[in-house]
Amino acid sequence: MTNKNKQMALVEYAQRLGDNSLILGQRLGEWCGHGPQLELDIALTNFSLDMIGQANLYLGYAGEVEGKSRDADAMAYLRDELEFRNCLLVEQPNGDFGQTIMRHFLFSTFQHLHLEALQSSKDETLAGIAGKAIKEVAYHVKFSADWVRRLGGGTPESHQRMQTALDNLWRFTGELFETDGVDALLLAEGIAVDLSALQDPWNTAVQTVLKDAGLRLPKGQVVVSGGRKGNHSEHLGPMLAEMQFLQRAYPGLDW
Amino acid sequence: MTSKERQMKGKKGQITGKEWPLYEVFIRSKNGLAHKHVGSVHATDSTTALEAARDVYTRRQEGISLWVVPSREITASDPEDEGMLFEPAKDKIYRHPTFYKIPKDVEYM
Amino acid sequence: MTKSGKPKSTTAMTESITGKDSPEAKAFQKKIDADITIEPKDWMPEAYRHTLIRQMSQHAHSEIVGMLPEGNWIGRAPSLRRKMILLAKVQDEAGHGLYLYSATETLGISRDQMIEQLHSGSAKYSSIFNYPTLTWADMGAIGWLVDGAAIMNQVPLCRTSFGPYARAMVRICKEESFHQRQGYEIMIAMAHGSPAQKVMAQSAIDRWWWPSLMMFGPPDADSPHSAQSLKWKIKRTSNDTLRQKFIDVTVPQAEFLGLEVPDPDLKWNKKRDHYDFGEIDWDEFYQVISGNGPCNKERLDARIKAWEDGKWVRDAALAYEQKKQAAAA
Repeated sequence: MTNKNKQMALVEYAQRLGDNSLILGQRLGEWCGHGPQLELDIALTNFSLDMIGQANLYLGYAGEVEGKSRDADAMAYLRDELEFRNCLLVEQPNGDFGQTIMRHFLFSTFQHLHLEALQSSKDETLAGIAGKAIKEVAYHVKFSADWVRRLGGGTPESHQRMQTALDNLWRFTGELFETDGVDALLLAEGIAVDLSALQDPWNTAVQTVLKDAGLRLPKGQVVVSGGRKGNHSEHLGPMLAEMQFLQRAYPGLDW
Repeated sequence: MTSKERQMKGKKGQITGKEWPLYEVFIRSKNGLAHKHVGSVHATDSTTALEAARDVYTRRQEGISLWVVPSREITASDPEDEGMLFEPAKDKIYRHPTFYKIPKDVEYM
Repeated sequence: MTKSGKPKSTTAMTESITGKDSPEAKAFQKKIDADITIEPKDWMPEAYRHTLIRQMSQHAHSEIVGMLPEGNWIGRAPSLRRKMILLAKVQDEAGHGLYLYSATETLGISRDQMIEQLHSGSAKYSSIFNYPTLTWADMGAIGWLVDGAAIMNQVPLCRTSFGPYARAMVRICKEESFHQRQGYEIMIAMAHGSPAQKVMAQSAIDRWWWPSLMMFGPPDADSPHSAQSLKWKIKRTSNDTLRQKFIDVTVPQAEFLGLEVPDPDLKWNKKRDHYDFGEIDWDEFYQVISGNGPCNKERLDARIKAWEDGKWVRDAALAYEQKKQAAAA
């Protein structure tokens, strides 16, 4: 394996992590000012800020490794849909508060396991980012798991809404554990996290909470994936159009 | 009657009405200092009250420790009793070190 | 503590019988005059309580409705840094609304009651938030002008006579100091930027200048509650004084940006040592206050929608807790 290959793989890897955080952060930002209760409005904005902060670090690092003088903003604002590397789960619309919480629970449970492993990455920058982010995400996991239990066990309406959210989102969770050449290459280098090793602990953690919440796993669903290769759902495009509007309409300016 | 007093009427820990109960929030800003009252949040239970207190009142690293207390659990003295409760201590000046005259030559006292 | 269970409404009734010259009322005013802070359980005239509830809840509502015009640009913030700043700022407004609701709740009204008053239109909020945010420069102008005016209004409130309000304001003023600076930073970037950015910056000051001046409220002569509020030290400085102070400090800031203040009558008056300024269109102010501003309907609709959409969440959380308690019992 050449250094060039490793470098390209590392850029790609940092983009995957950064895009997951960025897109989820952008989604959560849509809640600001519209939450079901003031305390929850503030909590969701905290999550959004955590996510965008992580994205800033990962994407900044991706640009640094790439060495083509692209900074985090260039990565966020000047790539198009096919170049985005986030998983499909995080780009799904907020829906109601239940769907947002379910999405956050499914993702942050994965993210936490991932960060735990990434802390011992041989890449010091990624390990450092993981060390910082894991504290944020630990809180996300606890908060969202508690709310899944609360809404799953609340009223018949809330239970139904949570079941609908789970039915809607479950098909996107398989993608979280898919691996490809980039993972294999960096895993061999001691940089990447072994995603296949996360699936069992994730299943256990998620199913424990879902059971507490009285929710059942959808059966017979096919895994939908492709985000990592740039094959996204139709939800990403409009979101990028909004996010990137100023940088696209008025290129190269400071704001 | 304030809303807090109204809530006091409910049985301990019992939820009355449709509104999330009120919790008072106290923050210890750093070790060595006491927890200080900063405000309140609405929450259904003490766990979510702690989370809300964290999310709302420590956005700028204001604290390293939090207390939340259901507002209805706080018993307060009545301002109308201020005279009876607090004024009798006013003339007990012998409780303060400045009441006593010690010759200048005596040190370390 | 035999009297501790005595409900406040009894004293209120006594007061309405005995009126302004009751011994309680006189003692109350004496405390105010001596700058002794009033705390929630202290005796207070019902009119004082009502004035505070009106003003404080209006202030809280303004923070919450004020999240919407800026929220309009969170998704489109032009860099990650700007996005995080804007999110944190709008979140601060939620926090400030919450602090103020908390402080108001000590007066015997619940947050839900206040929200109900906002949604039914019986409680007001600052008319400034009924204007639309059209370009990114509006994020700059809101921080610079609107928050600038708000801070000028709010600093004297840190010494307002009601304890919980004053304490909330201390916290709010401390947190808001970054709001105006980030806004001015945006204005600098745009006023010194490309021709298109300059046009946006000028348009923003054109549209936000006059509404910002209106934020200080009607002229003292037409301000119905002002005299009593000053006497009770709920208010510490008059509308016109604060407005003049705002203009005096802000005009040089506009000059630094190279932007034109949209007031042909604006000029320095050496004799007064203040800026003279043109007539404010109070008809517009009253139109917007009474619901006919450009975005009144959208703002209220958005708040009501969030509240109604959130009902099932609030109800479910309560139901869950009740089940837990029942299981434990």
